Amino acid sequence: MNTKDIVYIALFAALMAVLGVFPPITIPSLGVPITAQSMGVMLAGGILGAKRGALSMILFLVLVAAGLPLLAGGRGGMGVFSGASAGFIYGWIVAAYVVGMIVERSWGKLNMVTAAGACILGGIVVVYAMGVPWLSVTASIPFMKAFMGSMAYVPGDLVKVVVATGVILTVKRSYPLISAKA
Amino acid sequence: MISLYHPAQSLIHSIAAGHKVLMLLILGTVLFQVDRLEILVVVAVVVVACYGVAKIPFRLAFKQLKPALFLLAIIFLAQIFILGLEAAIFVVLRFAVLILAASLVTLTTMMSHMIEAIEKGLSIFGHWLPVAKISLALSLTVRFIPVIGVMAEEVREAQRVRGMERNVFALAMPLIIRTLKMGTEVAEALDARGFDSDDETDAKSRTS
Repeated sequence: MNTKDIVYIALFAALMAVLGVFPPITIPSLGVPITAQSMGVMLAGGILGAKRGALSMILFLVLVAAGLPLLAGGRGGMGVFSGASAGFIYGWIVAAYVVGMIVERSWGKLNMVTAAGACILGGIVVVYAMGVPWLSVTASIPFMKAFMGSMAYVPGDLVKVVVATGVILTVKRSYPLISAKA
Repeated sequence: MISLYHPAQSLIHSIAAGHKVLMLLILGTVLFQVDRLEILVVVAVVVVACYGVAKIPFRLAFKQLKPALFLLAIIFLAQIFILGLEAAIFVVLRFAVLILAASLVTLTTMMSHMIEAIEKGLSIFGHWLPVAKISLALSLTVRFIPVIGVMAEEVREAQRVRGMERNVFALAMPLIIRTLKMGTEVAEALDARGFDSDDETDAKSRTS
């Protein structure tokens, strides 16, 4: 881990914070707000790779826990880590790692399909796989109810996958930070 | 940099940051073991009383709970149908107490003290964790947030001139590339000023 790695990890943690400030877009037909923040998770993994991506998520969450209101909607402090939706937030760490791992593995032949696949698997499947059971257990609501309730956010996440995929592919061409792995 | 800290002189403000975090962890663990509503109500009263001791205005205290209210309401309604009224009150109250207790720690602790406490806590693991690097990363991030914020605003202005402000890709792409370029420059500047991250652990093992 050299200086450059540390700086990039810090930069993406800061980028997460900035993405949280962008006003959420509400799509009328869905009725749920879409924030840019969870796109930062896909970008961190897809641009920095598994290890640095996950570390930048941890760094970001440490600052949130330390009391900076950096989560979308100005939430912050230690309260968010014991709340009902905390599982999604913890999921970001694993999500960035998984996105990064898939992107690294397919680096040589990274294209629209593999990059989007990485974002969907890491940025959506992993996040919900951690968030929904947490919600279900801590709030004592049946798994299926928690699952159905969370599904309202998936269309918004798919929009983020499209943008993140484009950004990851463009960065690979113009400013690559990941080296190929077998 | 805006933080959630609410400055005041109080007993709770004066407790060391690390101790407050420890107490919060213990409370969180214990609360999930408690299964009687009476005990929970007592804890709730104590936590609310602590807000009084810390001289935090009611409005600010309520603001901590507000973002969670919607979710709590849904959980409450779902619980009534599944487990009945008493269980619903219990689950929702437990969440409210946890959120309020955690917010109290955040409201009464300065960010710099919190980060110091984190670094101190990490230094216990100094043999396994690169504490200096983590400290650097923490302070860099705090510094980068406003810088990237300004950059995001510049990109938005520039794309507005081109009539592209609603194109997410046209906003994200220049922002990311500028961020990465800045990263390279900052890393070079740090290395030029002698932050030799690579040699740090080697140097330690050589001297010891």
